[in-house]
Amino acid sequence: MRNLIDILDLSVDEINALIAVANDIIAHPEMYREKCRYKKLATLFFEPSTRTRLSFEAAMMELGGNVLGFSEASSSSSSKGESVADTIAVVSGYADIIAMRHPKEGAPIVAAAKSSVPIINAGDGGHHHPTQTLTDLLTISRVKGRLNDLTIGVCGDLKFGRTVHSLIAAMSRYEGIRFVLISPEELKLPRYVKETHIKAKGISYQQTESLDEAIGMLDILYMTRVQRERFFNEEDYIRLKDSYILTPEKLVQAKEDLCILHPLPRVNEISTAVDSDSRACYFEQARYGKFIRMALILKLLEVE
Amino acid sequence: MHVDEIKNGIVIDHIVPGKAKQIYEMLGLGRLNSPVAVLMNVPSSKMGRKDIIKIDENIEIDLDVLGYISPHITVDIVKDGKVEDKKHIELPEELTDILVCKNPRCITSTEQEIHHVFRLTDRKTGVYRCLYCDTAATK
Repeated sequence: MRNLIDILDLSVDEINALIAVANDIIAHPEMYREKCRYKKLATLFFEPSTRTRLSFEAAMMELGGNVLGFSEASSSSSSKGESVADTIAVVSGYADIIAMRHPKEGAPIVAAAKSSVPIINAGDGGHHHPTQTLTDLLTISRVKGRLNDLTIGVCGDLKFGRTVHSLIAAMSRYEGIRFVLISPEELKLPRYVKETHIKAKGISYQQTESLDEAIGMLDILYMTRVQRERFFNEEDYIRLKDSYILTPEKLVQAKEDLCILHPLPRVNEISTAVDSDSRACYFEQARYGKFIRMALILKLLEVE
Repeated sequence: MHVDEIKNGIVIDHIVPGKAKQIYEMLGLGRLNSPVAVLMNVPSSKMGRKDIIKIDENIEIDLDVLGYISPHITVDIVKDGKVEDKKHIELPEELTDILVCKNPRCITSTEQEIHHVFRLTDRKTGVYRCLYCDTAATK
């Protein structure tokens, strides 16, 4: 039985195979409508989410399966003090597969140790968010036609942004990747992420505080939100939240085939005026999230 | 300064100077009924200076603790005045319930009866990271 806790739980070949299945689902959705008939997905969301939970639920429904679960901790027994291990021991008796989001880092590891069915980490605090990364990779491969030979700019909160850490971990395994790390000093990429995934593999990278300076060299621009919930101090949040805002003026210097991604939700880091630009791929990206999750559910349930 | 040889017991040698006290506390040696000698800043041909702990009793020792606090330590098991076994301790791959994760966002801060597990992620620098949240341990 396989779980997905960290994007690195999947080999490059497995990721490429998932992307191939997702592309096939997009091309022939009718072939997949009964694949998970009589199967149940439990979505255990101890922390609120719109996109991730709904895309998991839509994914299971489109595979012909059913969904049960909760969308916030207050409507689960965790509000009565139940441990993650006990919740999972109970729910794995009701469902065939579990997608779980939890505010505490490492909670899915505890869940996987206790579960009798596959666990998918749908986000654990500021730590991992592997299905977002799969979504990002599917989008990049569909928009750019490749996952190698790309200059990828990641911008905003590189310190707490779990989607950025997972994206860097995943993309650093492909050939010809260059990273441009764009953030204020306070929100720089943690040293161990840089050491483990960039420096150890000899990948070329540069760090800058200026989005204007970097934008012209990028094939991919991955914007992130400075998240209020990751700060202990409100003052720090208010001071940094507007550091990087993408506007049509900034895009004048960008390549014509730039691909702008964002894990969403955005607050104001991408101006709505950018939405109509053909380079804005973030809503398309959110839509692809459903298809790659369908491919993942099929893989973990070992459905042919 | 002279400390008698022990007849039956344990000698923890080649401790990085200044670390003996921490080892004494982590092994709970203060709870033993037998004599324990803690020698600090002893001249050493290999290390310049070192600490030594002599325990006048054969007790079970958590070698993982020793390797983590001071790598390259040696442990001599002495029986009837002779060294019966000499162990060279290196950094262990994993530490269970020796360190506590200090990340308030880690699941170990709330989940009941969970083991605190740290894994060696960089042998050169001796960095251990929490199995659950990847936060580096601080010595």
